[in-house]
Amino acid sequence: MNYMGSTVAEKIFAGKCGREVTAGEVVMAEIDAAMIHDITGPLAIKKFYEMDGDKVFNPESVILLLDHQIPADSIPAAENHVYMRRFAEEQQIQNYDLREGICHQVVMEKGRALPGQIVVGADSHTCMYGAGGAFATGIGSTDMGFALKFGALYFRVPESIKVTVSGSFAERVGAKDLILAIAKDLGADGATYKSLEFLGETIRNMEMAGRMTCCNMAIEMGAKAGIVPPDEITHEYFANRVTNYERIHLESDEDAVYALEKDFDVTDLSPQVAVPHNVDLARDVEDVAGTHIDQVFIGSCTNGRFEDLQEAARVLGERKFSDSVRVIVIPASREEYLKSLRAGFIERFVEAGALVEAPCCGPCMGGAFGLLAPGEVSLSTSNRNFRGRQGSTEASVYLCSPATAAASAIFGEITDPREV
Amino acid sequence: MRVWKFGDNIDTDAIIPGRYLTIYDPRELASHAFEGTRDEFSKDAREGDIVVGGSNFGCGSSREHAPLALSGAGIHFIIAQSFARIFYRNAINVGLLPLICPDAGEIPDGSKISVRIREGYIEYGERKLTFEPVPEFLQNIIDAGGLVEFGRDRKEVPLCTKSQ
Repeated sequence: MNYMGSTVAEKIFAGKCGREVTAGEVVMAEIDAAMIHDITGPLAIKKFYEMDGDKVFNPESVILLLDHQIPADSIPAAENHVYMRRFAEEQQIQNYDLREGICHQVVMEKGRALPGQIVVGADSHTCMYGAGGAFATGIGSTDMGFALKFGALYFRVPESIKVTVSGSFAERVGAKDLILAIAKDLGADGATYKSLEFLGETIRNMEMAGRMTCCNMAIEMGAKAGIVPPDEITHEYFANRVTNYERIHLESDEDAVYALEKDFDVTDLSPQVAVPHNVDLARDVEDVAGTHIDQVFIGSCTNGRFEDLQEAARVLGERKFSDSVRVIVIPASREEYLKSLRAGFIERFVEAGALVEAPCCGPCMGGAFGLLAPGEVSLSTSNRNFRGRQGSTEASVYLCSPATAAASAIFGEITDPREV
Repeated sequence: MRVWKFGDNIDTDAIIPGRYLTIYDPRELASHAFEGTRDEFSKDAREGDIVVGGSNFGCGSSREHAPLALSGAGIHFIIAQSFARIFYRNAINVGLLPLICPDAGEIPDGSKISVRIREGYIEYGERKLTFEPVPEFLQNIIDAGGLVEFGRDRKEVPLCTKSQ
């Protein structure tokens, strides 16, 4: 057999297995970390016990926190929180509880998913950790129960799609616009079971926040993972957060085999808006400008970071948000909240009329708060616009970048941020 | 066995809305299945009915509540042209069998079909529609009685680091 080069995904699994592996192979691979939160965690814990689980594979490799329904918005939610806390205590797992923020942001900030590692999370947007060069994927609760017991899981080594991005973004256009454009091109199932490998000068020049936005939404194309091979930006991010951080080299071979190769040039990219009710329905903002909106949500694991709030604050300037719009701003984590607070963004948002909530999933969860009535329209920096995602199935959700969200919130209708 | 036909990209928010995720009981979840998008499902679905979808069935959230809700409604089989990855694994783990059938689009809503598991086809009138076999590693889990049973029976699992 001729030797063929490997993709980053194949190399990560090969590293775990101690031998070459190729896409399509099914392996029982050890995991480096597992993440559970208040929605899928309780069921995962029940499954762990049903499997006669006694001790988790390694308490230090389990990330446990509450972020979807916090502070508890119902008695059943409060009961779930108690159940999670008891499990953390019993298993000696560090419990971030409801203090730190949205699970995915916290995992990145705490350096709990590092380059070359395999990380699973009981949440579909776990793929975000690929921004730091990990192979990270979302799993269900029963698979998580299994992972907690054995520290391993069956994986089908995925084929990869090579996404090469070139060019520089125009002012007020960025990572979210790029990933919405990629989703439109590949389609909602265009990457099912595959790993999206993000390459090219635009990605290399992108800060971690933007890379997280891109990898976060890999699942919206059905992908199992999204990965940016680690570079100096990655290493700098983690070196400041992890003691004894090891800078590993990890990139695809030149002759790696890809299922598909796609090139994108962002030079002339317009701000993108995904219209109801699918993520792959992106339009240039020019084509939907003027659409009436009732609520604007700036936040989520996709776009609740300091850089996102900074972009929104820049667009806002000294203006006020329209009285016809409810503006909800939620930083993705305590760290991002504090940075934004110190930079003055939070004060500016409050002055302008926004509700600023403590770090959590917020309206994106579709069950906690910020729900929509029938006929209402939300413009959101989150990741999904499925029918009913943010409340009534007769409401509509549009997805966009923080810049577009802020510009639109000023005028009460979808607005091109370049013209504000 | 009545068919409940759905289109492409049926997401897990449609199968079970986010506001019901504190519920874990399959029957209780079933009473909210497709709430707001197809309300008659929770009222009229009967034990043994079959859900048929288009492409990318079960996309979106990793919530296992979605296959649990369908299971609680008495569904045993979901037939679709393709499935979202997490939903596919979750379905198997909760005892639902997801069958990938390229011709699923030909099966109309309300029709009667029967699934011939051993023979590997779906009987719809005179037609026999074939479905793809479940991957071997997942078939082993199904044969064990599900992932819980597969996991309960073991103290350790055969890692890829060790020769198999």
